[in-house]
Amino acid sequence: MADISSNFLGIKSPNPYWLASAPPTDKKYNVLRAFEAGWGGVVWKTLGSQVKNVSSRYSAVDFNGGRVMGFNNIELISDRPLDINLKEIAECVKLFPDRAMIVSLMADNDKKSWHELIKKVEDTGAHGFELNFGCPHGMTERGMGAAVGQDPEIACMVVEWVMEAATLPVITKLTPNVHSVVPTGRSVVKAGTNALSLINTIQSVTGINLDTLVPNPYVAGKSVFGGYCGPAVKPIALKMLTTIAQDDLTKTVPISGIGGISTWKDAVEFMLLGASNVQVCTAAMKHGFRIVEDMCEGLNNWMDEKGFKTLDDFIGRSVNTITHWEDLDINYHHIAKINQDKCIHCGLCYIACEDTSHQSINLEYGKPYNKYTIKEEECVGCNLCQLVCPVDDCITMEEHRVAPEYINWVEWQKRGLPLNDH
Amino acid sequence: MAITNNRLTDQQYAQNFSDIHPPYENITAAKVDANRCLFCYDAPCMKSCPTSIDVPKFIKQIATENIKGSAHTIFTSNIMGAGCSKVCPVEKLCEGACVYNLLEEEPIPIARLQRYSTGKAMENKWQLFQRKPSSGKKVAIIGAGPAGLSCAHVLSREGIDITIYEKESKGGGLMTYGIAAYKVTPQFCEDEVNYITAIGGIKIKYNQELGKNISLAELQKNFDAVYMGIGVGVARQLDIPGEDLGGVEDAISFIYNIRDKGYASVPVGDKVAVIGMGMTAIDAATQAKRLGAKEVTMVYRRTEAEKPCTQVELDIAMLDGCEIIWLAAPKEVKGTNGKVSQLVCSKMKLGEPDASGRRSPVDTGETFSLEVDMVIKAAGQVPFEELVNKSGLGNKNGKLVIDKSCATNIKGVFAGGDVVNGGKEVVDAVQAGKDGAAAILKYIGVTK
Repeated sequence: MADISSNFLGIKSPNPYWLASAPPTDKKYNVLRAFEAGWGGVVWKTLGSQVKNVSSRYSAVDFNGGRVMGFNNIELISDRPLDINLKEIAECVKLFPDRAMIVSLMADNDKKSWHELIKKVEDTGAHGFELNFGCPHGMTERGMGAAVGQDPEIACMVVEWVMEAATLPVITKLTPNVHSVVPTGRSVVKAGTNALSLINTIQSVTGINLDTLVPNPYVAGKSVFGGYCGPAVKPIALKMLTTIAQDDLTKTVPISGIGGISTWKDAVEFMLLGASNVQVCTAAMKHGFRIVEDMCEGLNNWMDEKGFKTLDDFIGRSVNTITHWEDLDINYHHIAKINQDKCIHCGLCYIACEDTSHQSINLEYGKPYNKYTIKEEECVGCNLCQLVCPVDDCITMEEHRVAPEYINWVEWQKRGLPLNDH
Repeated sequence: MAITNNRLTDQQYAQNFSDIHPPYENITAAKVDANRCLFCYDAPCMKSCPTSIDVPKFIKQIATENIKGSAHTIFTSNIMGAGCSKVCPVEKLCEGACVYNLLEEEPIPIARLQRYSTGKAMENKWQLFQRKPSSGKKVAIIGAGPAGLSCAHVLSREGIDITIYEKESKGGGLMTYGIAAYKVTPQFCEDEVNYITAIGGIKIKYNQELGKNISLAELQKNFDAVYMGIGVGVARQLDIPGEDLGGVEDAISFIYNIRDKGYASVPVGDKVAVIGMGMTAIDAATQAKRLGAKEVTMVYRRTEAEKPCTQVELDIAMLDGCEIIWLAAPKEVKGTNGKVSQLVCSKMKLGEPDASGRRSPVDTGETFSLEVDMVIKAAGQVPFEELVNKSGLGNKNGKLVIDKSCATNIKGVFAGGDVVNGGKEVVDAVQAGKDGAAAILKYIGVTK
């Protein structure tokens, strides 16, 4: 059996799964249930400034009958009295000393507030801090949350204040509501943060009620941009994670990956792109804490199959496989192949290719079942047919190199090879 | 042993004849199945529907909660889409072709989804078609069954004024009179006829029978065209001794009575033999059982492999407790005091393939007897041969002969449905009605 225990900045946990700072980590009751269910750690819901929440708070995007493909919220940071939160954090740490306890912070924008808050939290026995520079709603209007993360200079200043006072490790959580997460990432690493985490939620409108014509979530006839998360944001999160994992400065600190992680597969993908551990929220909010069981078992089985003994054996393994477009091999070519024994004649490959791609699939009429075959000379190897095919391994992409040697765009131009020749 | 009615309590009748395919309770349930549909291109289900309903489209429209659009998609191809969703043998049509079968997965419940949209349309009386202004052209249709109603609706949409002459006192044809009550109720059939004619421009004159109250010559004179959708009617005779004994009944009139008179008033025997293995035979056997017959035995002269009904239908009969005897051909009905007491059958074996390609049954010379007090004949129906001959209509053994444009040998007289094909599914008749309407529109110069 592989060892899935995790060590993040010296903070140990029996697995790499932390619950992200959010409603599930708002109080002792939830956190104890999470620990009982097997979660490796939690990031306690953000403490700091005084707030008042509204009703309602969440909304979701459904897709093809599946609920909550994407999720958004307009809830603010913890609205419970600070002393109760601190007392409960201490109790949780005592009851589950083997789990990671990180506390998310967002103080008012002055040094004194940050220093006071850090001092109070350090007394709880928690293992680290996460700075909330990402909350994209409500707090931003008061110059906090994403408003800090969107400005590298302000973010740098706040991290410097924090590092003056903190004796525990500090993770800075980045906002995705920027053209690139790298500038703020670099800035806070320079300011001394011990680690980064990303992404926070993305500003969004999930949809509009077509009866009331008011967007969701609904608050007395109005709505507001909410923070988007859940499976829908995973690809965006993975891209942003990669830019942090590839940057010479930001890659020097550990990264905690966040953004739509629902399964062990998602988690592995984040770790392959450089995350040392991962944080989960939406999936737990949809299904409850029990999902961690399969997340651990699936990860374990995959690692055994691949021969990975510890998480470090594969963390970051895929980072360098994401390159610049101009470095791609132009001589690589693959062509779709339809396995006629597996084909169920749904025609989805055909219509996708015929209407929207390269007319590379031949339709031989049959009643009721048509036969579909690839026109190899027309196929550009775009993958569309394979992506829309509902049967696993029915359409495969077969390698047919144009020429044996590697040649990229730069070299191609240098040699004056033909362009626009399809 | 005796043939009696009123065998069960009202509650038992209600239970025995309750809807065999209950509808979805709500849209959430319908959407679970709708979202499973792959939205195939040039979909096998659509190609397997005689009326070519755009199945993927109407299912997608349920998934997007565009139920009106979904119903419109169905009714555009099949104005009896509501009834067909209850009576079609979908296991050999759309659902039988669903690509999920090729994955050894349950097919999409297309009929049930179709029933959802069409049911909502009928409940809410959505009028989804706009009739064009009257063109002044008039067409007479004989028979208010599926072929006639389908033809009428297409023509009315084009602004043609329709008069339908129907020999019964209700419309719907075999849908109303010839199908098991646990599939469609008489009330539903009436609602469906009213829903179809609600477009306007369609007048149905009931109790008007060709050759009795009306003549073809008269209709030809008063209308621009005539469409014959008279179906088939007469039950095929067995031509065996004892067929005239009390207690021998044909399946069509047995089913007709159940639907027309109410369950409690229809007499049924203690021990019933049903001859045949088509859909009508199944409907007769299962309903005899559900009316309270103690034993129902179905006899069929071929084997299970050649049965004309579908496996789904056979399963209904078997689950109802009907006995099945394969390779048994009725030879004689014996009686006492003029009433059925025995059915004597020849034991058969399979011989060479016949014209239908199926191996034909050959008499082995051996016989056996069933003690029964009622015999229901469901060996098929025969066309109204005498009637069509009297009218001078070209036919083959009573089945009307039409050309590619649905025209009979008499100018301006068109035909389709069971009267031409000798008896197929409701959905086939609906398509025949559409084809006939298209031909008539050309004939009377409304379309080119």
